[in-house]
Amino acid sequence: MLISTLAVLLCCLPPLALLGAWAGGRPGLARLVHAGTALVAGGFALLALAALVEGGEAALLLPFGPAWAPLSLALDGLSAWFLLPLGLCGLACGAYGWRHEAVAPARRLAAWPLFLAGMALALLAGDGFTLLLGFEGMSLASWVLVAAGQAPAGSVSAGSVPAGFPAAGPAPAEEEGAARAAAGLYLGFALFGAACLLPAVGLLAGLAGDLSFAALRQAPPQGGVAWVVLALVVLGAGSKAGLVPLHGWLPVAHPVAPAHVSALMSAVMTKVALYVAARLLLDVGGLGQGLGWGVPLLALGAASALFGALRATQEGDIKVLLACSTIENVGLIAMAFGLSALLRAADLGALAALAAAAGLLHVLGHALAKTLLFLVAGEVQHGAGSRRMDRLGGLIHAMPKVALAALAGAAALAALPPLAGFAAEWLLLQALLASWRVGELGVQVLAAAAVALLGMAAALGAVAMLRFWGLTFLGRPRAPRTLGASEAAPLPRAALFLLAGLGAAVGLLPGALLALGGEAVARLSGHAGGVALASAWAVAASPSASAYHPLGLAVLLLVLFVAVVLALRWLSPRASVRGPAWDCGFVAPPPHLPFGDPGTQPSAAGFAQPLLRMLGTSLLAARERATLPPPGDPAPARLDSHWQDPVLPALLPALARWRDALVIRAERLRDLPLRHLLMLAFGTLLALLALLAWVGPGGGAGA
Amino acid sequence: MMAALLTQALHLALMLALAPLLTGLLRWLKARMLGRRGPSPLQPWRDLVKLCRKRPVLAENASLVTSIAPYAACAATLLAAALVPGFTRGMALGGLADLLLLGGLLALSRAALALAAMDIGSAFGGLGAAREMSFAVFAEPAFLLCVMAFAILAGGTNLDAIGAALQDGALGLRVSLALALVALLAVALAENGRIPVDNPATHLELTMVHEAMLLEASGRHLALWEMQAALRLLLWLSLLAALFLPFGMAEAAEGPLAWAQGLGLWLAKLAGLALALAGFENAIAKMRVFRVPEFLGAALLLALLGVVFLFLSTGLA
Amino acid sequence: MSFGQIPYDVAHLLGGGMLLSGFVLLYQRRLAAMTGAFAAQGALLALAVAWQGFIQEEPGLFISALVAAAVKAVLIPLALRAFILRLGLQRRVEPGLGIGASLIAGVALVALACLVVLPATAGAAALLREDLAIALSVVLLGLLMMVTRRHAIGQVVGLLSLENGLVLAASGVQGMPLVVEIATAALVLVLAGVAGFFVLLLRERFESLDLSLLHRHRGEGE
Repeated sequence: MLISTLAVLLCCLPPLALLGAWAGGRPGLARLVHAGTALVAGGFALLALAALVEGGEAALLLPFGPAWAPLSLALDGLSAWFLLPLGLCGLACGAYGWRHEAVAPARRLAAWPLFLAGMALALLAGDGFTLLLGFEGMSLASWVLVAAGQAPAGSVSAGSVPAGFPAAGPAPAEEEGAARAAAGLYLGFALFGAACLLPAVGLLAGLAGDLSFAALRQAPPQGGVAWVVLALVVLGAGSKAGLVPLHGWLPVAHPVAPAHVSALMSAVMTKVALYVAARLLLDVGGLGQGLGWGVPLLALGAASALFGALRATQEGDIKVLLACSTIENVGLIAMAFGLSALLRAADLGALAALAAAAGLLHVLGHALAKTLLFLVAGEVQHGAGSRRMDRLGGLIHAMPKVALAALAGAAALAALPPLAGFAAEWLLLQALLASWRVGELGVQVLAAAAVALLGMAAALGAVAMLRFWGLTFLGRPRAPRTLGASEAAPLPRAALFLLAGLGAAVGLLPGALLALGGEAVARLSGHAGGVALASAWAVAASPSASAYHPLGLAVLLLVLFVAVVLALRWLSPRASVRGPAWDCGFVAPPPHLPFGDPGTQPSAAGFAQPLLRMLGTSLLAARERATLPPPGDPAPARLDSHWQDPVLPALLPALARWRDALVIRAERLRDLPLRHLLMLAFGTLLALLALLAWVGPGGGAGA
Repeated sequence: MMAALLTQALHLALMLALAPLLTGLLRWLKARMLGRRGPSPLQPWRDLVKLCRKRPVLAENASLVTSIAPYAACAATLLAAALVPGFTRGMALGGLADLLLLGGLLALSRAALALAAMDIGSAFGGLGAAREMSFAVFAEPAFLLCVMAFAILAGGTNLDAIGAALQDGALGLRVSLALALVALLAVALAENGRIPVDNPATHLELTMVHEAMLLEASGRHLALWEMQAALRLLLWLSLLAALFLPFGMAEAAEGPLAWAQGLGLWLAKLAGLALALAGFENAIAKMRVFRVPEFLGAALLLALLGVVFLFLSTGLA
Repeated sequence: MSFGQIPYDVAHLLGGGMLLSGFVLLYQRRLAAMTGAFAAQGALLALAVAWQGFIQEEPGLFISALVAAAVKAVLIPLALRAFILRLGLQRRVEPGLGIGASLIAGVALVALACLVVLPATAGAAALLREDLAIALSVVLLGLLMMVTRRHAIGQVVGLLSLENGLVLAASGVQGMPLVVEIATAALVLVLAGVAGFFVLLLRERFESLDLSLLHRHRGEGE
């Protein structure tokens, strides 16, 4: 019943895409597309919730698809758990689109429903082929969305940005170029991911040819094949999720799209990639693997968490900052999944379930908070005209409600109790702290290093979020345009508060949620009981270990807060007065800058400078040079500070060299005589036959 | 149950009453060691009373953050202080008293402080906030590794359980504990803004970290911030006492006589730690801001070393 | 012996203290503070050796402990301090390798020492194994200090701290003849003497103790 309803909903999306292709430039129809996708997404969320409550359903064979790989849909606990954030975030993004994307290019309106459909298809797939189909559909649609880039300045929603306003950011032409470059980079990484995942699924299936998950689960990969599958899936899914060192495209590509597209890409698409990794490695192929099975995910996850968080503390553009923070959070989830696989291999089922629960909880918490913050970034861009923190500031006065919603999201991502990020990190830390029981010294040292990296990443994430919220919403305006900012419209505002409320619920009721997600936890960890000690009010690692009571904690905090307020009201009844800021040496605003000289406020780079010096010199190749004028010269002193992500610049020239070398080789083929060409084809055929003979019925996993 | 609630209330009241006294005692001890007469240990309490009587002055562009953050930070620190056992274990909130949660609550109050500092958009506020948050990047992993050492030794992160396990003495003296002690001391110095990381008595804005964030606060807001800092110091000293000097702590169920004994010992431990801290602060100079990561990084590595030694000895045993 | 037993715990703790002071030596940039840390290490060594004498009931070790306390904890630090004062060297010393990097290298060396010693001594008593691991770590830290310091005094302190590690290892092994220890100690004293002479010579020739100045003069003669 559930699954057929889902299939019907899924089938609604392609017609919406057709409608979108036709609706470019027609406001009414574009709104119809957004409303339609939002409704479908809401349906997804409801059905996912129903599936979580009632339990999974058997696979449904679709009536179309190639004969050798029938398409099937299935909805088990794991799919439903990942479908839930897709639905919720899709709903909120639809509300944003309704308000701000009434006029949009046809390309984007057509790709938007397809993007959702691809993600839903990947999540609902009951077999490897459908999974890949959905995953690649998602990749292509999101590529179109990235390539469609920013709307030209004139067509951004009905008049919220004055047309032709100059100082809002880079010129449209420049931005167009950036979008094109980002799309190219994005397509390259997407193709790489596909090139890794296709053979991985093929190897999982062996020669048996049955690609359904149920069949694949019966014969998990073994020996050398297992390691190849592990490497391919980690590379393929990791490149889509943004794991270090394959993260370079993410902060480039995610921010060029409009806010609601960036939100869905950052919050949900990366989760779909993680879902693919979890489904293939932990669920389908996870039975009976050794200790090493989880190590790549754990190590790459820890590196991503640290690196993404450090970059997030340095970026000056709020959408790029949020994209970097996505790398951090994807890393945390990958760590949890890797740790779960590792603990499962060591026969510590309850701990494996704990780690898996931490990852799953963070999937939900991060998706909601990240969507919220990207939509806030969109509102800020529409309202205040810029995404650069150096041109914002003091927005809490102009958009107080957006600021409040953003604070909820930022605090959740900063892992502050009692919100969602802290709950997930608490669970992950409990699993990590107990993982010394594995007994292997190497694993123990890895766990200790992971604890240290996690702590550092969490603190860096807190710095990044504090800097984002503080510089954007607090202080004084840094550009005149900021003074004219206006509060968000009611519909997007409602979406923001919906997301904030849902995120708070995830943080306050992790136990209840994990009880719902018992099947997902069991699928990932192979531990039938799920998290044994999740009650509605608390989660605990084990009966003897300590428990985390978020709801009780929140109540206590609230009670103490009220008590302190009441006590101070009684002790110190005098009302406060307003006066000029003190801050020794604070200059009164000059007449030409009514909101004060922005140069006296901490800038985005200035706020990040301590960390750049402390960690950036080694990790981000940061260089600083102070140029002082000679004595007597009235010229100002200059401090030049520069950093760059070392991975992509190291990768791209090498790739370019390989490409050139390959092209030269290929050119040589053209000059070969006909006989040689025939030999080439014949040799390839022979090689393929030999491969078949080698892995064939004798050695094949499926036979 | 009654005993648990009673001790919890008593503990909270003691924490509130003692926090400014401890700060005053520390200042007095430092002054005496330098041969000055020093202000009376009651001075911080007098300051608080005076600040409460004054009218807070808010900057013209201050938002609600300036007026809400001090209450939020104070509530979070107060809750953290209520969780750390002082004279007795098994208080009503003992089940909540988790080391990781303690770290989270301290992070919450730190974030509130940093936001309040950024609210006006003044140079020193932002400077202090950036530095304070950056120090935490190094302090937090060192703290977590110390927690890991205790979690391995005691089987969990609950403070009551750890304290009980340590008090039994079954764990013995360990290299790991010594290393964790050094690391935790460094973290405590950084978290409380003590010398050599920050100078709590400085009047030079450029060298300030914690004080730079309070430049705009006045009246009851300043009183709250002062109270929060004092509570945090008391909390850390109590935490160190509970982890490394666990002897003589009462159980809540043992009755008032045991409580009194535990109370006396707790006060003695606090006084001893304050004396050691005063001596240390007088003997050492504040370090440059950019040497703090080295200081905390060394703590991080020592904590890591302690955990690795623990792995080795659990592997051998 | 295992955890929870006083002899094991105290020996373990004293060894750990020596290791810790080895890290302090590695971290410290100023010469005066360095001699202080070195004196602390010497005192800890004396205590550790005395404790070994107590639990092994070996009176010879008490003599070693006394010698260590007198020489390492008092005489050499005093001499070093006098030397520093005489040459006016209270200022900072710049390590060749950054503090962070040398500390990370130190932790890696300790891990290496554990990985080498623990499998190699399988079957021996737990106390001996961990003691040996710690002693080897102290030796390696001393070597690392010699490698990372550009200043001659720092190198001398590194050498002496290395010898501390050797003595710690020797004291832990039951039935180690006193002669061997004395021979080691004498050897190191000779080395220290040579180093002192070398420092004075350097000072006379180049008016500095920065060893990087020697680079140009390698293979002398010109």
